[in-house]
Amino acid sequence: MLTIENLKIEFLSHGRRVAPVDGVSFSLGQDETVGLLGESGCGKSVTALSILRLFPMASQARLSGAIRFGERDLLQADDATLRGIRGKEIAMIFQEPMTSLNPLHRIGEQLGEMLRIHTSLPRQEIDAKVVAMLERVGLSRAAQLVDEYPHSLSGGMRQRVMIAMALLCQPRLLVCDEPTTALDVTIQAQILDLMRDLKREQKTSILMITHDLGVVAEMCQRVVVMYAGQVVEQSSVEDLFDRPAHPYTHALMRARPALDATPGAPLTAIPGSVPPPGTVTQGCRFAARCARTQDICRQEMPVLEHLGDGHSVRCWYPH
Amino acid sequence: MTTLPPLLEVHGLKKYFASGSSTVKAVDDVSFSLAEGQTLGLVGESGCGKSTTGRSVLRLIEPSEGSVRFMGQELTLLPEGQLRAMRRHMQMVFQDPYASLNPRMTIGEVLEEPLLVHQLHDRATRKRKVAEALDMVGLNPAYAARHPHEFSGGQRQRVGIARAIITRPKLVVADEAVSALDVSIQAQILNLLRELQQELGLTYLFVSHDLAVIRHVSDSIGVMYLGRMVETGTCEEVYTRPRHPYTQALLSAIPREHPRQQRERIILQGSIPNPAAPPSGCHFHPRCPSCMEVCKTEAPPAVKVSATHTVACHLSRPELTLRPT
Repeated sequence: MLTIENLKIEFLSHGRRVAPVDGVSFSLGQDETVGLLGESGCGKSVTALSILRLFPMASQARLSGAIRFGERDLLQADDATLRGIRGKEIAMIFQEPMTSLNPLHRIGEQLGEMLRIHTSLPRQEIDAKVVAMLERVGLSRAAQLVDEYPHSLSGGMRQRVMIAMALLCQPRLLVCDEPTTALDVTIQAQILDLMRDLKREQKTSILMITHDLGVVAEMCQRVVVMYAGQVVEQSSVEDLFDRPAHPYTHALMRARPALDATPGAPLTAIPGSVPPPGTVTQGCRFAARCARTQDICRQEMPVLEHLGDGHSVRCWYPH
Repeated sequence: MTTLPPLLEVHGLKKYFASGSSTVKAVDDVSFSLAEGQTLGLVGESGCGKSTTGRSVLRLIEPSEGSVRFMGQELTLLPEGQLRAMRRHMQMVFQDPYASLNPRMTIGEVLEEPLLVHQLHDRATRKRKVAEALDMVGLNPAYAARHPHEFSGGQRQRVGIARAIITRPKLVVADEAVSALDVSIQAQILNLLRELQQELGLTYLFVSHDLAVIRHVSDSIGVMYLGRMVETGTCEEVYTRPRHPYTQALLSAIPREHPRQQRERIILQGSIPNPAAPPSGCHFHPRCPSCMEVCKTEAPPAVKVSATHTVACHLSRPELTLRPT
């Protein structure tokens, strides 16, 4: 349903062109939940924003490659086409709901706007749909809530409102950028539970952008692991947890304190930090931090190689 | 096991904030003790009072009531001058290292400042101590000449830790010290904190919302909810035999670690109530799956269920035989 091909995103930074996303390809099928996993600076959020081309004009982003959504290439689409897709066919949920809700408008108005833009339903029907959707995402008092402002809601409630807004037009694809990262763990459990239910009901495909292996294990069928602007590994979620092939994924799995591990046993840390975009010009981008690095790793960039069963890895010496 | 008096003993600690016409009881009668060389993890969700507890212990904010005994002295009664002198022995590491480092100072100046404040050593020795501290946290001593903006998040947190240990304190309060860091960097910092603890015999009060991190670093654990301590115990007791329904729900809400892992999940209804108007009786009662009549009116006392395990829940009171079916 969604196919990203060789996506490259360049920004102008201090007069220099840098590419935080550099040749990313992956696809997402009907009714599938795919995790886009990586740490700060890997390019996962920029990739997500590029799907709906949500960049500020001032960023002078230059995009190349293709983002195929059904028959269309979103990178070639004009503004009118994009406006028709945003919110209706592809909706997005962000990490911090307070920054995506307008503090000056009532909840009901903000949700209703989606339907006013994308449908020609009469006002009463829009209002009824909004209340029904707020109830569906587990908000009690929905009929009163529509007249309230975002500030009167808790973080968990705001995220439910965002989910309600995203699902109002029954989009085919939902792009979620760290949707539970700002929430407490018991509220995160509620929201993930809700998203699973709604997905079953509405058959929405989900692209889940996250740094959290736990969220991946809870929600995703397939995972795309990114590092320094590139896809370094891709596989089914079981395979990734059973047999992480890339040394980065492998180390990431062991860096997290596990609940069944011996408390206090040293964690597998990854030395150093992620190289800023454009600083590694030769070889594998993970080479400087990798425990398995050989000469070739510093000289030649490995390609994404298929291991079979939909599992691929970008490494000269995979696990 | 140990007969030494605890390094830190907190009893009946309260911190109330005035908020408009109401009072927020951010910390409401919290007690715990911490032996030298040990780590106590304070865990809980937003607004539970764990950070306020950490800060009140150091008197970075003044507690409203209660006793804090540290190294045999009652901190709450110390006059300002003596308190400042004590601060040398109790330091803090903050969540956001960038916000807690002065951007106009070099790293060397940042690290030297605690030594100057406490009038420790001569100039040459101070320089040597700065280099030593950088080396201990895994940074090149030559970095002393650089400014905070030249460092990554993980490196800045190393600087924050170097600043905390440079006066050779006994107690370090770490407030969400690894929460802003990526997993791979977080592991570096957790390993570093562990090494420093062994090397310098540090005692940690480790405040975090992250249950996996808390289990990893702590010898004993305190679980907080809306200003109150609901359960304390050894790491083993709290994680494998949680008694308080809130602790049980909290642990069950941790995302699974493997897609095939099955977890019995207790989904709590509703969200954390407004701390300015907490529910009556047990603060947790409106969300508690085992709520009884008594819970709505009476705050549960802390009940000892083992020598080290304490639970503030009516269900754990032996004299109450009432159990929900």
